[in-house]
Amino acid sequence: MLLIACPWCGPRDEAEFHYGGQAHVAYPEDPAALSDEEWARYLFFRDNPEGLFAERWSHTAGCRRWFNAVRDTATNEIHAVYRAGEPRPVIA
Amino acid sequence: MSERSERTGGAAAQPHRREGASGRVLRFRFDGREYEGLEGDTLASALLANGVRAVASSIRLGRPRGVYAAGSEEPNALVQIEEPFPEPMLQATTVELYDGLVATGLPGQGRLADRPDPARYDAVHAHCDVLVVGAGPAGIAAAGVAARAGARVILADERPEPGGSLLGTAETLDGRPGREWAAEEVAALAALPEVRVLRRTTVLGHYDDNHVIAVERRTNHLGAAAPADVARERVWRIRAGRVVLATGGHERFVAFAGNDLPGVMLAGAARTYANHYRVLPGRRAVVFTTNDSAYAAALDLADAGVEIAAIADVRQAPGEAWAARCAERGLEVLTGHVVTAAKGEGEVSSVEVASREGGQAREIPADLLLVSGGWTPVVHLFSQAGGTLRYDEELGAFTPGETRQAVEAAGFARGVRTLRACLEDGAEAGRRALAAAGFAVPAGPAVPSGTAVPSAGEEPAAAPAEHLWLVEAPGDGGDYGTHFVDLQRDVTVGEVLRAVGAGLTSVEHVKRYTTAGTAHDQGKTSGLLTGGVVAHALGVDVAELGTTTFRAPYTPVSFAALAGRDRGPLHDPVRVTAMHEWHVARGALFENVGQWKRPWYYPRRGEGPGEDPGEDMEAAVLRECRAAREDVAAMDASTLGKIDVVGPDAAVLLDRLYTNMMSTLKVGSIRYGVMCRPDGMVFDDGTVIRLADDRFLVTTTTGNAAAVLDWMEEWLQTEWPDLRVCCTSVTEQWATVALVGPRSREVLARLAPGLAVDNDSFPFMTWRDAEVAGIEARVCRISFSGELAYEINVSSWSGLALWEAVMASGEVTPYGTETMHVLRAEKGFPIVGQDTDGTVTPQDLGMEWIVSKKKADFVGKRSFARADTSRPDRKHLVGLLPEDPGVLLPEGAHLVETSALPEPPVPTLGFVTSSYRSAALGRTFALALVSGGRERVGERLYAPVGADLVPVTVTSHVLYDPEGARRDG
Amino acid sequence: MADSVAASVAASMAERRSPAAAFAARFEAASAGGGLRLAEIPFLTQINLRVDPKSPAAERIGTAIGVPLPVEPGTAAGGGDLEVLWLGPDEWLVVGPDGAAPGLVERLTEAADGEHVSVVDVSAQRTTLVVAGDRARDVLAHGCALDLHPRVFGPGRVAQTMLARAGVVLVAGADGFRLLVRSSFAAYVAEWLLDASVEYVAGG
Ligand SMILES: [Zn+2]
Repeated sequence: MLLIACPWCGPRDEAEFHYGGQAHVAYPEDPAALSDEEWARYLFFRDNPEGLFAERWSHTAGCRRWFNAVRDTATNEIHAVYRAGEPRPVIA
Repeated sequence: MSERSERTGGAAAQPHRREGASGRVLRFRFDGREYEGLEGDTLASALLANGVRAVASSIRLGRPRGVYAAGSEEPNALVQIEEPFPEPMLQATTVELYDGLVATGLPGQGRLADRPDPARYDAVHAHCDVLVVGAGPAGIAAAGVAARAGARVILADERPEPGGSLLGTAETLDGRPGREWAAEEVAALAALPEVRVLRRTTVLGHYDDNHVIAVERRTNHLGAAAPADVARERVWRIRAGRVVLATGGHERFVAFAGNDLPGVMLAGAARTYANHYRVLPGRRAVVFTTNDSAYAAALDLADAGVEIAAIADVRQAPGEAWAARCAERGLEVLTGHVVTAAKGEGEVSSVEVASREGGQAREIPADLLLVSGGWTPVVHLFSQAGGTLRYDEELGAFTPGETRQAVEAAGFARGVRTLRACLEDGAEAGRRALAAAGFAVPAGPAVPSGTAVPSAGEEPAAAPAEHLWLVEAPGDGGDYGTHFVDLQRDVTVGEVLRAVGAGLTSVEHVKRYTTAGTAHDQGKTSGLLTGGVVAHALGVDVAELGTTTFRAPYTPVSFAALAGRDRGPLHDPVRVTAMHEWHVARGALFENVGQWKRPWYYPRRGEGPGEDPGEDMEAAVLRECRAAREDVAAMDASTLGKIDVVGPDAAVLLDRLYTNMMSTLKVGSIRYGVMCRPDGMVFDDGTVIRLADDRFLVTTTTGNAAAVLDWMEEWLQTEWPDLRVCCTSVTEQWATVALVGPRSREVLARLAPGLAVDNDSFPFMTWRDAEVAGIEARVCRISFSGELAYEINVSSWSGLALWEAVMASGEVTPYGTETMHVLRAEKGFPIVGQDTDGTVTPQDLGMEWIVSKKKADFVGKRSFARADTSRPDRKHLVGLLPEDPGVLLPEGAHLVETSALPEPPVPTLGFVTSSYRSAALGRTFALALVSGGRERVGERLYAPVGADLVPVTVTSHVLYDPEGARRDG
Repeated sequence: MADSVAASVAASMAERRSPAAAFAARFEAASAGGGLRLAEIPFLTQINLRVDPKSPAAERIGTAIGVPLPVEPGTAAGGGDLEVLWLGPDEWLVVGPDGAAPGLVERLTEAADGEHVSVVDVSAQRTTLVVAGDRARDVLAHGCALDLHPRVFGPGRVAQTMLARAGVVLVAGADGFRLLVRSSFAAYVAEWLLDASVEYVAGG
């Protein structure tokens, strides 16, 4: 059970959160302008790195805010949490 | 009560009990025989006291097995408690004896109870600055330092009393026996306000972020006397700032011929039986060791009255002080010797000892063979926590290395050898934990007794151990068939060598190939030995080979404990509406919809005893359907999700999320809408009510209420933070009664005299505020059945009152979800999640009309232009009419084209999603998703049902009132 | 006329039933020992308020209801017969006595003065359960993963979290805890509390 630091509520059990997949995948400006291939990339393709990964979480059982976290997928260590709309922090 | 004089059977009843043992006499039965033991015994010590040697038999080979260890590392002595309540696969060494205990030895496998366990189990969350695992010398020292500085401390130990390794030895601390010191020290700690001492508590798992799971056995040791209202076992879910693992070590054995015979025992365990339980596990012993620790055991046993026939030490140079003490006592020490075999019929009667240089083996009569192959630090939890392990050459074992988590090992768990060093190491760990938790750290190393590190006697300087894993057996022919490495799995050296011979070079692979280390003792005594034998066979270093991964749980845990109170009615929340009590009283049967209990149907109860059985489901549903289509009926629709959407951009948000246009909806009106995922697949549907220019009330399906709200928040927060809209769940603010049928207008008019209900004043898809049955209400004219219908919403506090008012005249028939499903299916209205499965577009459902062509974009729109969503062979929602109107197709039945099944794989055209008997149609019908279904209307298809192929005709999915003539009444 | 309005209000009040009404007797029995007190406080007014905390509207609302909106996450602020619970960075629950909803909605909406604010009456969405007494923390710890130590979660703290398998708003007061529970979950939470209390109630 991870302890995830909600940027508002502070550390809470992982069970209070929903996972939202890769962060910083913006809804395309004009979907109609995209080719089928480009649209399919948006819909179906996500990174799957071993190591640092910026991903979205929602504190569903708490304040219901979406935020982003940089988690090491190999160790589960969360290196940073930041609010939606903020840039991904640089992890040394 | 607790005097030795009470012992009824005298010494003969417990022939191996030492003189001077005291305690209340307890009676128990094992394998059908009556025995006596003493309070404080484990089942193992009581059996040994009674001279019982073979306790169980092995799982594969059926060999007799005796008690091997004195704690949770026991591989052999598996028992089943039969009474007071059956519990399988327990270690006799961890079962505390109680009066009336009935147990049997197991052949490696137990039997589950055939009746529900009446005991309570529960769980509790706990938080602390410092969790100390293990109340031995290092753990007590660590906890003492942290606790006395004011930190919140939890000290957990698996045994009934603190002391750890001190319990088995005769060592003194501050001039007191170690056991007394531990008891007093821990009692003092327990009295501190921020300290929690957990006895009989095994830490099973160490997870991310110092989340630690432990199980406390609270009343197991009380047997039938356990109070019924106290949870028998409790799972502790501990979140610790810092963890100190003072888990000590396990002794390991050596692989030699017959090393599994009853009478072969770990030397430290025998010492514990003699010192702590005051039991002599044998009369005449041979000691076989690779290190100094067995000498202390030999001397203690000799003091207790066991004849030590010889000590075979693999080393040429044992510790000098130990050798001298043995010489003083006249104990024969055979240096450079090994035990080549334990011999005997069913138990040890002699031990074969030989010089490592060769020469004639000597057979020594003995009923006890004490073995010490060295000590292995208990690193399970450190490894589970993600820590690395490194090989300690001197110890011949793995010790904790690096870790990311706030955890450290202390004492022997990290290879610290002497008692004094362990005490100091524990105190240091306590100081580090304090500093990490932000407390002022007391100066150290303070040694005054009672406050920090107690004084302990000097121990003889240790001579290096030699790491011997395997004793070759010349007469064995290389078979190694009784050289066991894993006693519980019956894995021998022979099998490990075969695995290596088959080309396996990793311990992980050998483990899987041989099953060594996979039994429920998790290879505590055997894991390293297996690695040692593999390394020996490959001619490599154990260090190089590494070790297998440690996984939770450290010891077996009962499912009952893990389930805790989350069973029966508390297994999962049951959500009910404000009208629930009425439905129960009316005899409704209920259907689970998500966590909701919804009335399924209301069978008419039989009248008179025995003559009238009442209605079955089919009759009840047909009656309810007829009432809704021909008269008036009502359903509790409170479970629909409801969301208030408020703000100047509310209409913009809804336009982006629904496939159809919501911004053009007039205040006072209602529109049905569908939401899709970006991939174009239907996600949810429901109605949208416009309350004001900037305010809508959105309804969702019952199961998706939370998901739709989350969906809205996700878009608002992550993609469109500029939209000024807020969404608030009001699902339970409102209770909803659906009033349905041609006479619903008449009933509503009577309940709401102030409301103009005629069709012009209150047209379809509009809403009105009104007082209904004297209750403030919002009435919506919507229909999910095709009939004239209203949904009356009131504060859920008044839901029951409204329902009772609707039912008061007796003319309104209550109906449940089954009837609701039939009515909507007759009209071809799909249910999201039943007729859709996340692969269905609105177009597939025949709902092209709900997809706006005017909006530039909405979620899902782009996907409707993908090649895949316009394939002609996509599955469409269609109706099916079985050719025999009495045949009800099972939901999920597949559909094929031919009247005889071809060879598999049989191509399927689709499947039935909904299937009912219709009162209105006078026959059965179904909805189905069928490949190219709309082009197949009129075709005959076949549904394989059991051995039959049922012919069906494809029709439109709208089977009843396709022109929509009935909705205005 | 006024009399008949009062009579009709009284009549409709009499018809109300709170979500945990059926548990009153069992709560009372569990509270008899003294170590624990379980009870429902029915029909409290609860208004869900969403507003940008930095907006003038937020300030006006604080003034209008006499309680500045608490901006520190996980805290409550009180004044008069109102209490404002922090639910999120732009979301609060304004709690007041039974019957206060219409007036409160009006005051909040007026204070917004046309700015974008969401004011939603959710009084019947959740009911309020009291868990108080010396053993209150022990009972809650069976199902709540939060650290309820008085130094960490003392009076004035609020959390939206899970109790067993139900979402709750947990409020720590000077006199124990209040749980704001979704109405449909009230029976489950009540049964759960009674079951979790068994060890602390038996033998008084
Ligand atoms: Zn939060």
